[in-house]
Order: sequence, then C-alpha cells, then structure tokens
Amino acid sequence: MTATDERTDGPAIGRPMRRKEDARLLTGRTNWTDNIQLPGTLWMATVRSPVAHARITAIDTSAALAAEGVVHVYTGADFPDLAGSTCVWPVTDDIQTAVMPAICKDVVKFAGDVVAIVLATEKYLAADAASMVDVDYDPLPAVVDMELALAEGSTIVHPEFGTNRTYTAKMPCGDYEAVRAKADRVVKRRFINQRLIPNTMEPRAVVAAPAVGMSDEITIWTSSQIPHVLRVLLALVTGIPENNLRVVAPDVGGGFGAKLQINREEVLAVVLAQKTGRPIKWVEARSEHFVSTHHGRDQIQDIELAVTNDGTILGMKVELLADMGAYLQIITPGTPLLGMFMYSGIYKMEALDFTCTGVYTNKTPTDAYRGAGRPEATYAIERIVDEAAAELGIEPLELRKKNWIKHEEFPYTQIAGLTYDTGNYEAATARALELFGYDELRAEQKARRDAGDTVQLGIGISTFTEMCGLAPSRTLGALNYVAGGWEHCTIRALPTGKIELITGTSPHGQGHETAWSQIASDIIGVPVEDIEVVHSDTGRAPYGMDTYGSRSLAVGGQAIKVAGERLVEKARLIAAHQLEVSPDDIEFSQGTFAVKGDAEKSLTLQALAFEAFRAHNLPDGLEPTLAGESTVDPIDFSYPHGTHLAAMEVDTETGQVTLRKYVAVDDCGVQINPMIVDGQVHGGLAQGIAQALYEGALYDSEGQLLTGSMGDYLLPSAADLPSFITDQTVTPSTTHPLGTKGIGEAGAIASTPAIINGVVDAIRHLGVNDVFMPASPQNVWRAIQNAKGGQA
Amino acid sequence: MVHIGVTVDGVLRHGDVEPRRLLVHWLREDLGLVGTTIGCDTSNCGACTVLIDGRSAKSCSVLAVQVDGAEVTTIQGLAGEGEWHPVQKAFKECHGLQCGFCTPGMVMASVDLLSENPDPTEHEIRCGLEGNLCRCTGYHNIVKAVATAAAEMRGEGA
Repeated sequence: MTATDERTDGPAIGRPMRRKEDARLLTGRTNWTDNIQLPGTLWMATVRSPVAHARITAIDTSAALAAEGVVHVYTGADFPDLAGSTCVWPVTDDIQTAVMPAICKDVVKFAGDVVAIVLATEKYLAADAASMVDVDYDPLPAVVDMELALAEGSTIVHPEFGTNRTYTAKMPCGDYEAVRAKADRVVKRRFINQRLIPNTMEPRAVVAAPAVGMSDEITIWTSSQIPHVLRVLLALVTGIPENNLRVVAPDVGGGFGAKLQINREEVLAVVLAQKTGRPIKWVEARSEHFVSTHHGRDQIQDIELAVTNDGTILGMKVELLADMGAYLQIITPGTPLLGMFMYSGIYKMEALDFTCTGVYTNKTPTDAYRGAGRPEATYAIERIVDEAAAELGIEPLELRKKNWIKHEEFPYTQIAGLTYDTGNYEAATARALELFGYDELRAEQKARRDAGDTVQLGIGISTFTEMCGLAPSRTLGALNYVAGGWEHCTIRALPTGKIELITGTSPHGQGHETAWSQIASDIIGVPVEDIEVVHSDTGRAPYGMDTYGSRSLAVGGQAIKVAGERLVEKARLIAAHQLEVSPDDIEFSQGTFAVKGDAEKSLTLQALAFEAFRAHNLPDGLEPTLAGESTVDPIDFSYPHGTHLAAMEVDTETGQVTLRKYVAVDDCGVQINPMIVDGQVHGGLAQGIAQALYEGALYDSEGQLLTGSMGDYLLPSAADLPSFITDQTVTPSTTHPLGTKGIGEAGAIASTPAIINGVVDAIRHLGVNDVFMPASPQNVWRAIQNAKGGQA
Repeated sequence: MVHIGVTVDGVLRHGDVEPRRLLVHWLREDLGLVGTTIGCDTSNCGACTVLIDGRSAKSCSVLAVQVDGAEVTTIQGLAGEGEWHPVQKAFKECHGLQCGFCTPGMVMASVDLLSENPDPTEHEIRCGLEGNLCRCTGYHNIVKAVATAAAEMRGEGA
C-alpha cells in the first residue's frame, strides 16, 4: 500500500492516500461544537421527564431561578406553540403525525421528554439549577409494546388520533396469493429487529450565536450531518427568516444517522439566542443521549417465503410493525420504508407483498440509524433464505446461487421495480469462499457435530445488496418525501492557483476532504494537496443535501466530476484565446492546456486562474473568474453488494458465542480511496455485529429505559471484536459517471444476518431455528432450552 | 475554591477550582485545552484519557484538586510543536481514526499501553484498549496502528 501511496504520477483515484483530516484530529487541533466558547454564553440545561407517560400537574421553578448564575428558566407555557422537530416524510395520505413540542406543556410522552430548560452563566450552575426544578407528575399508563399498543383498549399515546396506529403502507408487487398457492412450501418466521441506540462518540451539541453588529444573521454550530437541510427546517419551525440563519457543522464526531435530525435543543438554542441576545450553548451528556437522541431499528417482522421443493423462490410476504416511539421526527415513518424495495435482496421472485404499520409508543422516537431500513430488509431476506434452505434440506449457499440474479442478467429489474444496473454475485462469493476456507470449515463443523462437542461451529452467510445514492428527486417525490435528492459542487480556481472545492456533502468521519480532492485532482489536473475542500457551512457552501444513506460519493461525487469538467472547459477557452488557436486545438492533460502538436505552447490551469482573475486578456464575452459548478440529480440509485461469511462458535452449555472468523467481500464499484473503503467496511461490520451479538435497548413495562448508560448497553470494545478479513471485487456502476457506488452502510447491512445465520447454524441440530438478538449467552441458552422443550 | 498548581503539557498552571470540578472540565474550560474530548458521563468511553505522571487516566474520573502538584499530558502536549509521537504517526498511516472524536483518548491510552508493554500481541492490544470506545473503525485499524507504533518504537519500523 505504501508504494502506491507514494506514487505521484497517474491518477489519484484508486490510491490509498492517507487522509488530510488526520493532522488536526491526531493533534487535538479540532473544532468540535463543544470547543466553541463565545463571550457571554449562557449554558442551557434540560429538565427531562423521569417517567414515560404522565400529566404535568405543576412546575415550580422558583428555587432554580434563585440559584447562582441562573438567568432564565423556561417551561412549556413559555413556548406553547413551538415545535421541537418536524417530519419531512408523511409516508401516506392518512398518516397521523404527532409533532414533538420544543418543551412539553401538559403531558410527557416518553422518559426523557423535556419539561423545562435552564439558562445559566456556567455549565455546572445550569446543571445544578436544572435539578432544582420541581415537577409534579400524574402518571398515565405507558404504551411500551407495539402489539399491545394496537390491541383493543390500549392506552392511546396521542388521544386525538383515537389509535396508536401511525400509518399503514402497502406495496404489493406481483400476485403473492397466486404464487403462494402454487408453492410446495411456505416458510414462515417472526424476526425481531431490536431497538438500537446509536451512540456517536461525540454527543450532540449546539451553540447558537445571536445576530451582532451589522448582520441579522444567527449562527448555529451544531454537531449535525445535515447543516443545509437543518437551515431550511429551523427557518420553517422557528419562523426566523432562512436568510438570517447560518448553520455550521464543524468537526462532527460521528453520525450514523443519529445526527440526521432536527432536534428540540437546536430549535430552543436558536430561539433563545434571538430572544436573549446572548450565545446559547447546549452539550448533551451521554446519559441524555441514551434517552433523547433518536433510536434506530425496532421492528417486528413477520416473513413468509413461498418456495418449491427444488428450491425455487416464488415470492415473499413481509408484514412489519415499526415502532415510531412517541413522536415523528425528520424521517421516523419513512425509515422502515427505506428498506421496502430491498426485501427481495439479490433474488429473483414473482411476487413481493409488503405491508408496514407504524406504531406510536411511549418511548424515544426512532429514526435513521446506519443502513436505515436496509439492514432490516437484508436481515429478513438473508435469514429466511437460510431457514428455507434448512426446511428444504438444501445447502444454504446452493439455494442462494439457484435464485440470485446471474451476472449475465444485468441490468435486471427486480420484483419491487428497481433496476439493478450491475452486479457480480458469483465473483464476490467465489472470493469470499476462498478467503474463508469454506469447505474446510464445513468439514470441521461436521466433525464437531459427529463428536458431539460442547462447542459447536456454525457458518453464517449473507449475500446482500443495498441501494444507495439517495436519490433521484422524482423518485423521492413519488414517495411523498418533501425534499429532492440532488447534490452540488463548485470548484473555484483562486488567483494564486489554489483550488477551493465547495461541496454540499457534510462529512463526519468519512474522509471527504481527502477523497473529494482525489476526484477533483484527476479531473482538473491539480495536485491533491493544492485542493481545499469546503463543506458543512451554509455561509461558505450554500447548496447541499448533506450526508446520509451512503449518498455522498454516489451523488456528490457526480457533481464534483461535472463541476471539474466545466471549470476545465472555461479554462480551455481562455487558453485557446491566449495561445491564438481554436479551443478544439487545445489538448488538456494533467493540468496543462497545450496546443495540439506543439506542446511548447501551453498554459497551466494555475496560470489561467490568474488570467481569469485579472481579466486583461479574455475572449470577448467571456466572464472573468474561473470556476465550474454543478448540481446533479442522480438518474438512478446504485447497488453495492457483497458476500459476507462468519464462523461462529457456540458453547451449547452456556450459550456463549464467539466470532472466530469474519470475511467480507464487498463490491462498491470503482474505489476512490481503497483505504477509506476498508475503514468504512470495518466500522459498519462492528455496528452490524454489535446488533447481532451485543446491543439492544430494553424497556420495562412502565416505559423506563433499562439500558440507559454505557454500563448497561453493551457497545463493543476492541476486546469484543476480532480483526476482519476484507476484500473487494469491482463491478463498476453504470448509473454513476465514475462507476462508484456507496460503501458507508454496507458492513452494517450485511453483517447482522451473517452472524445470526452462523449462530443458528451452529445449534440447528439441537432444534433451534432462531435466536433473539442480541445473541447474548442468555438468549442463546434460552433458545437451546426452548428447543429441547425444557424450562427456560 | 481550592488553589492548585499543575504542570500541564510542560507548562506550570495555577488555578482556583471548586473541589467538585472534574479535571477534564478544568483542562477544557479553564485552560482552553479543548483537544481532550468528553464522550460520556460514566467513565466508560475513555475519550478524555490523559497521562497523569506518565500513566493514563480518564480525566472525567479525576478531580482537578487531585492532580495538584502532578504532571498532566494531553494530546496537545504529547509531542513537541510540529512533531508527532510514533503513535500519532501510526494512527495516520494505518487509518486508525475516522471521525477522530475518540482519537485523543485512544492515542493516550495506546502510549501508556506501549510504555508498559513494548511488544504486545494483538490480544494484549485489544485488552489494553478495552476502556476506550470507538464507534467508527471497528478497532481493526486501531489495533494495527498500535502494533505498527510498537514496532517503530522498538526500532523495527519499516
């Protein structure tokens, strides 16, 4: 790797370049939101409901107001009409939308709901005063379980709707009943995709600075994935004109969907900065993060797979219950539907009958979390295919091969109507099997089984695909999503020849500063180190749709290419003019514009940037300055895929699971920076494996979060994970001009079913055909005992 | 208020602090040394790890008054100006960081780990960093970085 890294000739795309971002991050010269300390700042502290559902009967703020340093205490009565969030994806026409208030006035609807806020001159003093606010609650029954929530006589989270049903979305593709009738067998399972708590390492934080001096602009620094979208939404929610809001996401310490949100703390900070005329600062404590930052997943999946005895998949039925939590936030109802098109996975089938019902409960709202809908879909299809293989007595890999879309069949329009542009499942699988040592491990599994070993071996397979590149704007419109899915880039050649690349994507660990420079370097022929990537500040990068859903390269990368090409075309006109030839006679290569056949006569892009700046000698009618800009609406999604294999050891006496070996072969098309690709896969794997083995939010029947700290919610440490074996096959996308796809979520999407398939495979001979996630010793032991018919 | 004198990143600093003030808050808010981050409030995540008299400690679990007279080293004082510690270099070379929020603590914990065990196995690295959480890297490249730094510090670097 080092050898190619040192290469200075040839394309930058494809090189494992070390990251530009790292210098500041490794030396502490960072600009996290919590680092921003403005003169006169008031610290905001929240008072949160300790109960899941209750009527507020009284709030006494007098002690808090009298405390040292306290400037204001606000309750819901002070902002009766202010929303704390908004939902931009009303997925059906009859959806019942409950909006989170900025501060609850009469009723709290989840443990963690905000009932008051304190503004004080210091962090500690704000926290002290928050603990002095005295709230009387009259408890109401809590709605915790989705099925009970829909049952007759349940307490209703939002009485005005008369039901806890938020919406029911249906997508019937083909005639499922007809294929079910001709099936030899219908394999049915209920899978639980448990609730997860994202836990970015940087908690959320916001600083809002009021307009000062001649500017009417309120500046908001916030730990967000979506500064551009947030600006629009803050304007809509607060009524403050959008042109008076500047949103900056400075260094952001991880997102994973958790920072794809408009949060009440952001709304309040903006409104209070305007009201008080002082900077407002709020930094989330980890204990707050557990209850107040949106959660992920939380679906009950009833899955049917209709198959013939020879192993042909005919159709699939999907019935989901999706827990919304107490309110709808930015894309709460849409998150489960992001997987809607992916339930058929990589397999051909004649019918897919999809239904999803959203359900309100007295819990923290759910929303996007790494993969958002696609991990759930992939889990369902990859698990049910393994179950079908077991019921039919067919090797699980063989069943997959029999039904997957063959390499020569691409482009292929699958049952949900998506056209997969390219893919090569055969190649990825062959490579994975080779790296894994599949046959040897199968032999070992058999030997252990024959010997009746206490520790059994299982092999988990996941041959997945996903959709990324959210999204063609018209597609989003057809799905009732409020916004578009385009992305913007402006590339400016500054007078000194340095390059400013302004992107609408908003990185928080993905290395855009490096990767975007690599792309632009190849297109405009300027060294990577001369390119500065500007992002995540609506004042400097005015247009953007931000970063989520593995869209940044898939969509934003296209805009970089077009913007670069436009810059080159303008520079070509200046070069032709000054070299006194026709633009067609100019050859552009590696940053130099030369006259064809006379390489001595040439101008560099840097020189042309200065010419465009001074404008002494430009072609008639050509405007001064040298830049190219582009806003690209993607023509379609792209479909990364891969084959993941997991060797799982299960102690049949204790239920202890050990991940012995993990192989991930991914195909994300052309790679801009293979080092970053590997890193993205590693991180995704850790989160997907953690869902399978370690993490899970648990509530008691009163709606209390039982896993509300890092001591109770098992985030894996280095000691809980192995090193991974990763590799890639390259099948370029044809929907993307650079041939790239996305990679940010693939690891999280693929790995969860691979792990559970492996665990079940290890103990299937004991009669087990499912294990609840996380596959903790307790859950695995219980599954074994249940299968034995014993008391668990 | 209690008066303390602490050598922080090689500079003697005096301050009057509340007895309850956490070291990490004193560093970040009173001294402006914001390179050290705060990731939790239960001493689990390790983002705030610094060296106190050469040994790693989570600065959220230490009171400022407890380090009176001690030497504290943060990520900002780990190497001289313009210089990098071998662990910092290895984290960059091995892509041992993504968002970078856990990185200050991860680097400081690794420095301490290697001072105790200059030639750790992969298992020893993983167990040695158990108190530091990362959500981006899956630890794969962090482990690689620590092993790479160890080799470099033993004089076996490439």
